[in-house]
Amino acid sequence: MKVLVAVKRVVDYNVKVRVKADNSGVDLANVKMSMNPFCEIAVEEAVRLKEKGVASEIVVVTIGPTTAQEQLRTALALGADRAVLVESAEELTSLAVAKLLKAVVDKEQPQLVILGKQAIDSDNNQTGQMLAALSGYAQGTFASKVEVSGDKVAVTREIDGGLQTVSLNLPAIVTTDLRLNEPRYASLPNIMKAKKKPLETLTPEALGVSVASTNKTLKVEAPAARSAGVKVKSVAELVEKLKTEAKVL
Amino acid sequence: MTILVLAEHDSANLAPATLNTVAAAQQIGGDIHLLVTGSGIAAVAEAAARVAGVSKVLVADNAAYQHQLPENIAPLLVELAGSYSHVLAAATSNGKNILPRVAAKLDVDQISEIISVQSPDTFTRPIYAGNAIATVQSSAAVKVITVRATGFDAVSAEGGSAAVEAVAAAHDAGISSFVGEELAKSDRPELTAAKIVVSGGRGMQNGDNFKHLYALADKLGAAVGASRAAVDAGFVPNDMQVGQTGKIVAPQLYIAVGISGAIQHLAGMKDSKVIVAINKDEEAPIFQVADYGLVADLFEAIPELEKLV
Repeated sequence: MKVLVAVKRVVDYNVKVRVKADNSGVDLANVKMSMNPFCEIAVEEAVRLKEKGVASEIVVVTIGPTTAQEQLRTALALGADRAVLVESAEELTSLAVAKLLKAVVDKEQPQLVILGKQAIDSDNNQTGQMLAALSGYAQGTFASKVEVSGDKVAVTREIDGGLQTVSLNLPAIVTTDLRLNEPRYASLPNIMKAKKKPLETLTPEALGVSVASTNKTLKVEAPAARSAGVKVKSVAELVEKLKTEAKVL
Repeated sequence: MTILVLAEHDSANLAPATLNTVAAAQQIGGDIHLLVTGSGIAAVAEAAARVAGVSKVLVADNAAYQHQLPENIAPLLVELAGSYSHVLAAATSNGKNILPRVAAKLDVDQISEIISVQSPDTFTRPIYAGNAIATVQSSAAVKVITVRATGFDAVSAEGGSAAVEAVAAAHDAGISSFVGEELAKSDRPELTAAKIVVSGGRGMQNGDNFKHLYALADKLGAAVGASRAAVDAGFVPNDMQVGQTGKIVAPQLYIAVGISGAIQHLAGMKDSKVIVAINKDEEAPIFQVADYGLVADLFEAIPELEKLV
């Protein structure tokens, strides 16, 4: 079966971001960008499904600027077969992305779509669920285990109190949680080979999708800073301060 | 304006996060209706009717809703949404699972994990692991919003006397089914609702050493959390993880033990009232957010702390 994986180019998770002085957003000039960590897990899961003989082809898709090709090449080096870039210079909302992905799903007709559970920039945790709604497919969100058998997929999900397992009819949408797998690194020969794999470029207009939004970001500010704390010398002093100064014990 | 709040429950009790979500709805202003979905949920509906500030409780009792499968619950919310200005749910794993499916069907952008209400159409929410706060305005006819529980003080669970009304609509998409669940058992308070949280990180070295934290937590009546490093190393189960991708907590007192303080962890706890860090590395970033820092070997400090509190 064909597996579609959606990936996103985001600021690297180790970067401490700064808010712009005019409060229009976060300063991303000259900041290291990477594939969203949850998307890496999604690619890894697809590659493992292919290694198990479950998946026959892996198509990786991203929606973003021209530079997002780098993340597609990374996914190709990890084992994806071909890539699709839906080029859009502006930042899109999760709903717009879900609509564009729906158009790609209609075109590619995958049996399984794997996404990360959330992107570490917008922290929305919406796109997978929205894509499932638009395509009318079942969803297995926050997956820590995925098992395909016949025309169904069993997904073990991380929920607040523990784990839950659901069975979904294929085609289905799965979003990855951290513990689904440990992503591999791309080897140098595979990075070289990835440069020759096909990469198709589309636009929202070509897909006939409107990316209009009902949300508007008015401003972005730095969070309130915590006032500097003190270092205590002993456990006794700590307990004393918690009791008398902070009054939390 | 009338606001619909999806109640969170385990078929017997109303989850505390619902009370925080109702508080957010009160700040938006207008009539508040609670929707309880599930099967055999009379007790939950009664509890919902007693919640302060709620004027009506809608009960959708149907076998298809029993396990809160989003494929079945979302169409119900979409059907009801037409009569509401806002649809809210707590940003729990359940709320996060269902609401985006509702928003997409209504063709509106969702606003996730709001921490404050500026006006009925403007909200703030953290982005970039809490390193920036965005103010977002929605022009949608129905505003679909998840609420971060720690951003709002819970309303009282008692004192209301809402009318209870049954909702007949049954939706069974028939494309998903519940297989089973494995819930972690704990006598300690729930992590997201606890007044005191004691968390351990990689510095705990192994799962067995968490017994020191459990002993301290039991003495304090605290919940026990963990950093991602401790979870990934297999010391403790993943539902104990505090952070950007785990649980978000804001207790009165947060004690971080053997946790370096990566930004992803801070995103889950930096709104705690008082933060205490115990770490032997005095350069650890956790000390930059800690109100009280103790540079010490945790294996000496924790038993001593347990004795003194």
